[in-house]
Amino acid sequence: MSKFTLQVNGRSHQVDVDSETPLLWVLRDNLELVGTKFGCGIAQCGACTVLLDGKPGRACVTPVSTAASAAITTIEGLSTDGQHPLQKAWCELDVAQCGYCQAGQIMSAAALLARNPNPSDSDIDDALAGNLCRCATYFRIRAGIHRAAELAAAAKEATP
Amino acid sequence: MSSPHGTMLDRRSFLKLATIAGGGLVLGHYILPSAGAEAGQPDEGTVAGEFIPNAFIRIAPDGSVTVYSARPEVGQGIKTSLPMVVAEELGADWRSVSVVSAPLDAVFGPQSAGGSTSTPTSYMAMRRMGATARTMLVEAAAETWGVPAGECTASDGMVRHAASGRSMKFGDLVAKASSLSVPDEASVRLKNPRDFTLVGSRVGGVDNPKVVTGAPLFGIDQKRPGMVYAVYEKSPVWGARPLSANLDDVKSLPGVRDAFIIDRTVPEGQLTGLVPGVAIVADSTWAAFSARKELQVQWEPGRFPKSSWDDFARQAQDLAKAEQGSPAAEETRRDGDIDKAFAGAARVVEAEYSYPFISHANLEPQNCLAHVQGDRAEIWAPTQNPGAARELVAQVLGVAPENVRVNITRIGGGFGRRLDSDPTAEAAAISQRMGVPVKLTWDRTDDMQHDHYRPGGFHFLKGAVDSQGSLSAWRSHHVSFGSNLGADDYPARFVPNYLLLNSKLKNGIPQGPWRAPGSNTYAWIICSFLDELAHAAGKDPVAFNLALLGSADVVPGTGPGGHPYNAARMRSVVKLVAEKSGWGKSLPRGKGMGLGYYFSHQGYIAEVAEVTVSPTGILKVDRVVAAVDVGSQIVNLSGAENQVQGSINDGLSAAWRQELSIRRGRVVQGNLNEYPMLRMPDAVRQIEIHFLKSNYPPTGLGEPALPPLAPAVSNAIFAATGIRVRQFPISRTDLSWS
Repeated sequence: MSKFTLQVNGRSHQVDVDSETPLLWVLRDNLELVGTKFGCGIAQCGACTVLLDGKPGRACVTPVSTAASAAITTIEGLSTDGQHPLQKAWCELDVAQCGYCQAGQIMSAAALLARNPNPSDSDIDDALAGNLCRCATYFRIRAGIHRAAELAAAAKEATP
Repeated sequence: MSSPHGTMLDRRSFLKLATIAGGGLVLGHYILPSAGAEAGQPDEGTVAGEFIPNAFIRIAPDGSVTVYSARPEVGQGIKTSLPMVVAEELGADWRSVSVVSAPLDAVFGPQSAGGSTSTPTSYMAMRRMGATARTMLVEAAAETWGVPAGECTASDGMVRHAASGRSMKFGDLVAKASSLSVPDEASVRLKNPRDFTLVGSRVGGVDNPKVVTGAPLFGIDQKRPGMVYAVYEKSPVWGARPLSANLDDVKSLPGVRDAFIIDRTVPEGQLTGLVPGVAIVADSTWAAFSARKELQVQWEPGRFPKSSWDDFARQAQDLAKAEQGSPAAEETRRDGDIDKAFAGAARVVEAEYSYPFISHANLEPQNCLAHVQGDRAEIWAPTQNPGAARELVAQVLGVAPENVRVNITRIGGGFGRRLDSDPTAEAAAISQRMGVPVKLTWDRTDDMQHDHYRPGGFHFLKGAVDSQGSLSAWRSHHVSFGSNLGADDYPARFVPNYLLLNSKLKNGIPQGPWRAPGSNTYAWIICSFLDELAHAAGKDPVAFNLALLGSADVVPGTGPGGHPYNAARMRSVVKLVAEKSGWGKSLPRGKGMGLGYYFSHQGYIAEVAEVTVSPTGILKVDRVVAAVDVGSQIVNLSGAENQVQGSINDGLSAAWRQELSIRRGRVVQGNLNEYPMLRMPDAVRQIEIHFLKSNYPPTGLGEPALPPLAPAVSNAIFAATGIRVRQFPISRTDLSWS
């Protein structure tokens, strides 16, 4: 067991865990941030996607020792009020079915929009190909990302 | 009280109790302890002075309305749609309605989620729940004003008397309504569906804000004080018991609390429920997962240790070659004179179709939180079938079913897998031994290797068209792993000379319902072979199939257990999808359109797929148009379209690349890297949905839009390339052309 200090959603957390423990299980079991989901454990489904220094990463294969050096953002910290453009678009377009993969989809999409505010369909294909949706809501995920881009652009315009 | 589907307590005694207790006691008995199932919900205790006309509705003096959702939410949208039905009849303002998941209790009537049955079985019951409450609120207002109740209306959370211009909010009527006797729910006046304002509109899922912020909704998210974490290893070869394991080594590993064998004598052939295995209990999920890597178990050989797909395929061929009427093949249906029809046919086509076993691959791996204390148990389970889960847990623990409390969590994908409760039984058995709350988490390998699979199958078909280009004979031999085509399955009754033979392969493979069971493969085989016959007849496939569907409106079922087939409804959706898809338009080589249509789960659905196949064989599904008849009323238009969109892409995912290899009594694949599922780049780009409203009761949409997709795509591939796909997954067929 080793002590680590993690920066999660702008807050500092001390944990005492095995250094090989994937960030996923530290988030879920130790920090009770369960929005980040377990799906496969081998970075195939993307349900555990979080942002590490703003870049999407798979928490299920990121050892806590590696994560300790990064600023970590989980779905719980994407916005303070659930009003990130992606969160708004997801509700507006009623994207989710079971909803289990959607935190990961949204985190991958957030990283995409941060570097590309107006992504094409093919940009979305590239950025989201690592996120499985077992309910196959891909049609609405794609629409949701386009809608979030619109909402973000409108908000930017409205801000002087 | 009265429940929508049976009587538990007499309604008046319920109401009396509810009134005496200010609403808190009686429902509190059912509701209060369920808070854990919906973490993040405020305390669900009742507020004094609420109006509680039945088990599904509470209205507080501030006008807020709570509606209970009795059915498990698996992503089918039932937690939104049925409360919409209640709110519509109630005349509530949807913005003041909050929806709470109910725990398992007989007071709520049927609580399973399977077979697309929730809407057809609960739609009218939920209307009556809402209408009963509305009737009482209207009566309360009418009495207050001294006007006839018939002159008052309820909408947007208010009762109005138009003649005098008076209105009262629901909240202000709560006290008076609570003092009224509850009318017989069969006698209350229901709204005219033409006046619906909420039902039929687009409403976002009630849990969406929680889903997009990562709230702890799912089974795997549940936590209780003092909880420990468990894994459970079973033999990868089905049906094998553990002989020994290095338990002492495992127990010495960091964070491990205990490790033990659960040995049970299970009846021959039992592959579901609690099967023997090795439990490891630890302080965290990761400690349990890590310890498991060190676990070494010696297993028995298993019951069918040599079962392999290649053997099954050979056996199927042998059965098909055996003379018809041999004991190995059961004659399920025979009409006309099949031999004479083939002898006199203009064209005869023969084909073999096959499909593999596939996994449910629920993205939320199987899991359950259980707390067993003495002869009582409480579980928090992502179960589609909470009643069966309770029975199984009670049986495994040796306690009375009424001592097992079931909290139903949101479910990260059902697809039929969670109608079976094996993980729940495992968690309960481990908690019984530990005496503390235990959360059991399966990893992906457990999930893939201990699924209850969609079975594979083999179909040997022979069909004939006559000199007029009509389908004159159909002979089908289905070799299955347990469940076969039925006597009334399409196209039985539409072909004058028809023979259905069925055989079953002896096997020890755990199987279970997978979204649109049976239909999810039968539709592909039947509509693909019909397409082959249409081409053999030189007919346009839409015209050929419409001719086959005949001119009768309803074709009656065969015998007392038969299933009527509404051919008029099917012809309508086939015609509509042809019209909306631009069927018959000219397309270049490498592009094609295909038709699939199927009746399942009470829905009549036709789909046309438009595909592009590159000369090198790369498939793209460019567009799918669906025509859907699920009765007179779509409850939630957003949810209904979402189900159809998802079914189309899920159907494509299953047909295109999904396949489990069965070798030596086990599934070979162990994770998603070996089991390719549809991802964003391959998803259908354009989906158009047309609901055709008919004069039939509303039915479910969780399943019936899936079966027509695979034949639509297969037939479109043929139209584009001339290549006929007769084997799933589609990826096994070389689609290159020149």
